[in-house]
Amino acid sequence: MAALPALAAVLLVGAPLSTAWAVDPQAMSDPQLQARYEVLIHELRCVQCENNSLADSDAPIAADLRREIRGMLNAGESNQQIKDYLVSRYSEFILFRPKYSWRNAWLWVLPVLLLIIGGVIAVRVIQQRGALVDNEEDADVSRT
Amino acid sequence: MNPRFLLPLAVFVVMAVVLAVGINHSHEVGVLKSPLVGHQIPDWELPGLTDPAKSLGSRQLKGQWYVLNYWGAWCYACRVEHSTLLQVQQQGRVQIIGVDWVAGNPDENAAALDWLSRLGNPYSQVVTDRDGRTAIDLGIAQAPESLLVNPQGVIVYKEPGVITPEIWKREFLSRLPKPGAS
Repeated sequence: MAALPALAAVLLVGAPLSTAWAVDPQAMSDPQLQARYEVLIHELRCVQCENNSLADSDAPIAADLRREIRGMLNAGESNQQIKDYLVSRYSEFILFRPKYSWRNAWLWVLPVLLLIIGGVIAVRVIQQRGALVDNEEDADVSRT
Repeated sequence: MNPRFLLPLAVFVVMAVVLAVGINHSHEVGVLKSPLVGHQIPDWELPGLTDPAKSLGSRQLKGQWYVLNYWGAWCYACRVEHSTLLQVQQQGRVQIIGVDWVAGNPDENAAALDWLSRLGNPYSQVVTDRDGRTAIDLGIAQAPESLLVNPQGVIVYKEPGVITPEIWKREFLSRLPKPGAS
């Protein structure tokens, strides 16, 4: 029974590392390429099952895409070249993290803008409430 | 009038517009718009299903209309589509080139041949995509998917799913030249 905690520990520690192993027959020979590969497949969307990344999808196209990405890495292509190629075929939809561009600017600006607007409204409401309370207190004081 | 009373109205109008746009586009949710539509089809060449030595590619098909149909014997939706493809082939308006997508299935080749002999063969030619490289290059995401390619080699339409008789009429026939016109 002493082996049980040890087994649990191994499983817990190993779990985050094992995502790519689960879907790929074997790791790439170059650990550096393997590391880049792991990052890429977590950043790219499975184009069939859209809420999964390539890393955790077992759709046929995901397997083919992972194989293609490994091939491109082995051929010495940069992460950017690989992403650009896939975007040219599947559109920006394949990127989990949208690019910074003027077309996408609203994606990045809008949340900040809404936060500022909300903040301004909140401050004003609080100030007004404060002013109301003050007036009431003044009124009470003047009556006595 | 205090312009503050207009604020809820303004918020309502903005929300109504955003939601209306969203609802209008809801049928496109989950449909990947291919950036390749309207552009030259990337050069492809694939070995034949029955005879791997006999390959077919975009170069040989220049000058002809064709539908490139990705399917696999592992794909249930392709079986649903199959009867429509047989009807299309009988109409004879355009040739359908079948691409058997192996997608890692060890016995796909035999299963595909068995499929065609049992269910009928709607394709003028069938090629096979073993490693999915051509699928990726053509922006294919799943099976079935079909591309309509014109004689200049431009992808004029992509159907990201099952072709039904209605879709065939609306999206494909409407883009093909009228019979006897050319």
